[in-house]
Amino acid sequence: MAGIFASRLFLISLVVIAVAATLPLYVSGYVLGLLTVAYYFGVFAMAWDLLFGFAGEVNFGPTFLIGVGAYTAGILNNLYGWSVYICIVLGALASVVAGFVLALPALRVRGPYFGLTTLVAVLMLQNFVVVFAGLTGGEIGLTIPDVITIDANANYWIALGFMTISAAILYGLSQSPLGLVLQASGQDSVQAGALGFNIVKHKLFAFVVSAFFSGLSGAMLVFYFGTASVGTVVDVAVGVNVIVAAVLGGRRTVLGAALGAIFLIVAGEFLRPTGELATFIVSFVALLVVLFFPGGFLGAALSREARQ
Amino acid sequence: MDAIGKSGPILQVRGLVKRYGGLTAVKNLSLDVREGEIFGLIGPNGSGKSTAMKAIMGIERPTAGEVNFQGEDIAGLPAHKIARKGFGMVFQHSRPLNRQTVLENIMVALLPDSLLMLFPDKALTERAKWIAERVGLASVMDRRPPTLPFADLRRLELAKAIARDPKVVLVDEPFAGLTLAEVGIFSDLIKSFRDEGRAVLLVDHNVKSVAALVDRVLAMYLGEEIVTGRADEVMKNETVRRVYLGGAIETSARPETSFKDKVPALQVENLSVHYGKAQALENVSIHVHHGEFVSVVGLNGAGKTTLFNAISGFLPYTGDIVRDGAKLRGTSPARIAREGIVQCPESRELFGEMSVRENLDLGGQHLSDEARARQLAWLFELFPILKERQGQMAQTLSGGEQQMLAIGRSLMMQPKILILDEPTLGLAPVILEQLSKALEKLRQTTSITVLLGEQNVTFALPHADRVYVLEHARIVWEGDPGRFAAEAGAGYL
Repeated sequence: MAGIFASRLFLISLVVIAVAATLPLYVSGYVLGLLTVAYYFGVFAMAWDLLFGFAGEVNFGPTFLIGVGAYTAGILNNLYGWSVYICIVLGALASVVAGFVLALPALRVRGPYFGLTTLVAVLMLQNFVVVFAGLTGGEIGLTIPDVITIDANANYWIALGFMTISAAILYGLSQSPLGLVLQASGQDSVQAGALGFNIVKHKLFAFVVSAFFSGLSGAMLVFYFGTASVGTVVDVAVGVNVIVAAVLGGRRTVLGAALGAIFLIVAGEFLRPTGELATFIVSFVALLVVLFFPGGFLGAALSREARQ
Repeated sequence: MDAIGKSGPILQVRGLVKRYGGLTAVKNLSLDVREGEIFGLIGPNGSGKSTAMKAIMGIERPTAGEVNFQGEDIAGLPAHKIARKGFGMVFQHSRPLNRQTVLENIMVALLPDSLLMLFPDKALTERAKWIAERVGLASVMDRRPPTLPFADLRRLELAKAIARDPKVVLVDEPFAGLTLAEVGIFSDLIKSFRDEGRAVLLVDHNVKSVAALVDRVLAMYLGEEIVTGRADEVMKNETVRRVYLGGAIETSARPETSFKDKVPALQVENLSVHYGKAQALENVSIHVHHGEFVSVVGLNGAGKTTLFNAISGFLPYTGDIVRDGAKLRGTSPARIAREGIVQCPESRELFGEMSVRENLDLGGQHLSDEARARQLAWLFELFPILKERQGQMAQTLSGGEQQMLAIGRSLMMQPKILILDEPTLGLAPVILEQLSKALEKLRQTTSITVLLGEQNVTFALPHADRVYVLEHARIVWEGDPGRFAAEAGAGYL
């Protein structure tokens, strides 16, 4: 039964991606730009769900990982003029290192303290960016000389392709034996330990993977925007959006997180005519979903499947 | 490394100590378990038996002592390392992966502790299937845990524990929540572990339930060994009998006919409670008169706390709970407490970082300043030690003082009906005496009604006008305490 469902999910995903890939043929550049950002955001949310949904750790600071990747890539490009691709890879690696350094001590504390540690990390990064304005561009933002490409269609396809590949890897990981162990550790760490699994090692691994994809996506986003600023990749509010997207889409589904992110950004844009109310309405919908369908969009569908 | 013969013990525990702050949960415990032996670790709730098991498994780090496994001291290693050395543990409560099938849940237990395992190994699936058949899960292998009956979930726990073919299997309360028929099946399964040459260490509350299963038993109380031996010898042991049954029990019951109220203060009628699939209470009916002291005795897991939590409004139930003729269903726990049914819970639930005085004042929050002062003065007379400790943080008190504070805080609410859940839990005899005196004083000088839940019969009977015995979620005996030893005592060990 699991096999049938998996393949059905696979077919649905394939169709959705195929349709998404043809969008540049008939939608406006404005919509494409919107979706491009949404796809990068989707990767943030999926990376976050690997930690929350599987490892059971609430990372309140996804933007720490995103921001480190984004700013490292941006600064390197700005200072040394290295190629965009090298900067992106180095950004992702910097994020992995930062994530590792943060998680190693943070995973030793229990319960809400892990979340608090990650939150403080964001505030520190934010401060760092503002204080070392000479390096980071400070509150005005960092101007980045290069971009990946200026072709809107190409940018869209790159983002879609990147999200698809990230989704395949993260989803595959979540369904692999490693994902099972992570899930067991997240649900009942005492028992998982008694079954012979080193919980800290597995959670650290999840954190590093999450950091890699967050940093990679953050770096790519920076080269799409051509600028990096606290408001787009570091601010706590951005992190909250990532979390809301993942929860909205469905905990422990990975793919749902991407759906949630796209929904959040597209809905916010649709509601733009309502002005300041837009954020309120989107937040309210998110609140309703969290309160009444804690499984999220995809979670509800999956658990119905599970019960049959 | 010692040379250990084939018949020597595979697991040797020497001088195991586990302290939590000032509380010593396990004191200098030593035991041996041989291959092909089922060893029972028995003791009343709070005796430290579960802590001892967790310390052996590495879930709790032992404060001192040795745990020798095949000649190697493994004390202090983390659980996952101990598990990989050849230990498996069957947990009482489990949280299986609900989106995965039973087979996949068993597979998890078989996976290596490696980050490189990205694709399931065919051989693992075969092994998982074999284990599923072995514990009787073959027919439900492809189902998901939420659709399984309780007994099958317990089977899944057994399956996970033995998946990697451990040499030592630790079992925490093997029969909790199972029906009689299921107990038989699980006994056979555990016996089959022994027959395969595994060493089995099980933890339970009383000797009786595991007597037929175990080869040897170690009875413990207050963290210490009382006696080790065959089950029947241990049951005959004087100290063991005293711990469970008490010595000569003096009772001073007032006959039920002396309570003249037309409507009892509290009536529980046909109460049933389920936790998920496990039945915690089955058609329980009790009543308590105004001013009466009623004890509900039963071993841990019998359902006492569930009964009290249902009365306090914390749990959904079927049946009725009636206070002075009015049904309590739908009344909030806060309101039930305000209206005079106050529970002093087993876990005490003190505000640990507040002072003794602040804890008491919180209990008396709804009283006027004057009434609170009066109640406090009265309380300090009942528990003089609390007066001395007023400024001290609650979590720094000794166990006995904490219990007095918990009772004191409940009494500050001026309850009509006081529910005391296991007040003797883990306390030394001298403290029990003080609590005993306080209860006696309450009985002599106030009109309060008390419902006392206890596994310690020695403590419960002297303060009871009437006794109910709760066993496996049902009331199995009711009567006056004088008749308890003769009629119900034998079945209690």
